[in-house]
Amino acid sequence: MNLRIHFSTGVPIYLQLMEQIKHAVETNAIRAGEQLPTIRKIAEELTMNPNTVARAYRELERDGIVEVRHGSGVFVAGQPSSANKTAEIRQAGEVLRSAIERGMALELSEAELRRVFEEELSRWQENVTPPRRQR
Amino acid sequence: MSDNLIDTSGLSKSYSGSPALRGLNLAVPRGSICGFLGRNGAGKTTTLKLLLGMLRPDAGQIRLFGEAMDSEASLIAARRRIGFVSEDKELYPFMNVGQTIRFTRALFPGWRRDLEEKYMELFRLPLMKAVPKLSKGMRTQLMLLLAMARGAELLMMDEPTSGLDPAMTEDILRALADLATVGQSTIFFSSHQLAEVEQICDRVCIIDQGQAVIDGDLDDLKSQYRRILLTFDGMPPSALASLTGVDHLRQRGRTASLLAHGNVDLLVDQARELGPTSVEVRPVTLKELFLDHVRGE
Repeated sequence: MNLRIHFSTGVPIYLQLMEQIKHAVETNAIRAGEQLPTIRKIAEELTMNPNTVARAYRELERDGIVEVRHGSGVFVAGQPSSANKTAEIRQAGEVLRSAIERGMALELSEAELRRVFEEELSRWQENVTPPRRQR
Repeated sequence: MSDNLIDTSGLSKSYSGSPALRGLNLAVPRGSICGFLGRNGAGKTTTLKLLLGMLRPDAGQIRLFGEAMDSEASLIAARRRIGFVSEDKELYPFMNVGQTIRFTRALFPGWRRDLEEKYMELFRLPLMKAVPKLSKGMRTQLMLLLAMARGAELLMMDEPTSGLDPAMTEDILRALADLATVGQSTIFFSSHQLAEVEQICDRVCIIDQGQAVIDGDLDDLKSQYRRILLTFDGMPPSALASLTGVDHLRQRGRTASLLAHGNVDLLVDQARELGPTSVEVRPVTLKELFLDHVRGE
């Protein structure tokens, strides 16, 4: 994250900081769950008032953009996307496992099961993809 | 009780009949960095001298650390908790840097060796150099180091960066930001450099003719104040000056420039009813706030 503050404008400094951090979150320059620089680090790097940095973080916390965990620092709010993905994949695996078990109970071979899976997947893609493209 | 380290009300001081301060009200909250601005002769140095007990007020109250400064004992007790960097940066001329630090260290039981070492590293002061041979910037840095390492809760400075080059100024400002973060100190300094005040201060007090004309949170002031530029077909109507929230009005030909604060939206609506051909609303910089308040129209 590359913060740049214009001190001599009429725009409040804490608002400038807030906007830039929000922008960094929106453009995925920093992601949910990632840690933001400490108040001290920002104050030191930009040679600015630590109270102003604290105010920006306070307001961002109120807006739900960041989460202040006392003692450990300031983090981008929300579920970290990578952890999210892992959970979803695990869930999908469970659904598929039970489908495989039922297929095996019907005495289908591995190759037949694979063919059914591929067929269903392509049928799903045919049904789903066109409306997505129209968007 | 408010948590102001400095609180003055109605502070007045005259020098042989001519008033330097005329009822100054000033508040510096704990943990803030407050810039004290004003033209030459506005009363800045007088205020600092009164706060340090070097002068007695003719009228008004001073509270430091929440205590009324109404006796010799209260002044001495407060003075122990204050570090001061004077404008002329007086130091003992017969000592070198290392001797000055050791000498001062011995006087203060609460001396912070960690801060001493930290600022020695940041400022890179030559230990063996004689004090009279130090540059102005180095003298400032040495005084700042002495004031900070003695563990002062409140640091007062009279134009700490005057005469310093930009790199030296940045070093001083960085030390102040660091002090406010780590040391949780409160810093009150007078300055003529609006840019450095904007960079490092969260509070600002502007004094003019012995009175505070602005005293508040810098970002809040920037949020509250607006410049409104109006153009009319003919001369701007005189009714503009009497609208609520107008601090200053300047006219040049068919245009009027208002400095306003408070309910600016309402003010703009009212101004629109006076029939301007164009209306523009702009944020206000500290420089504009300063110039509009001290120009003495």
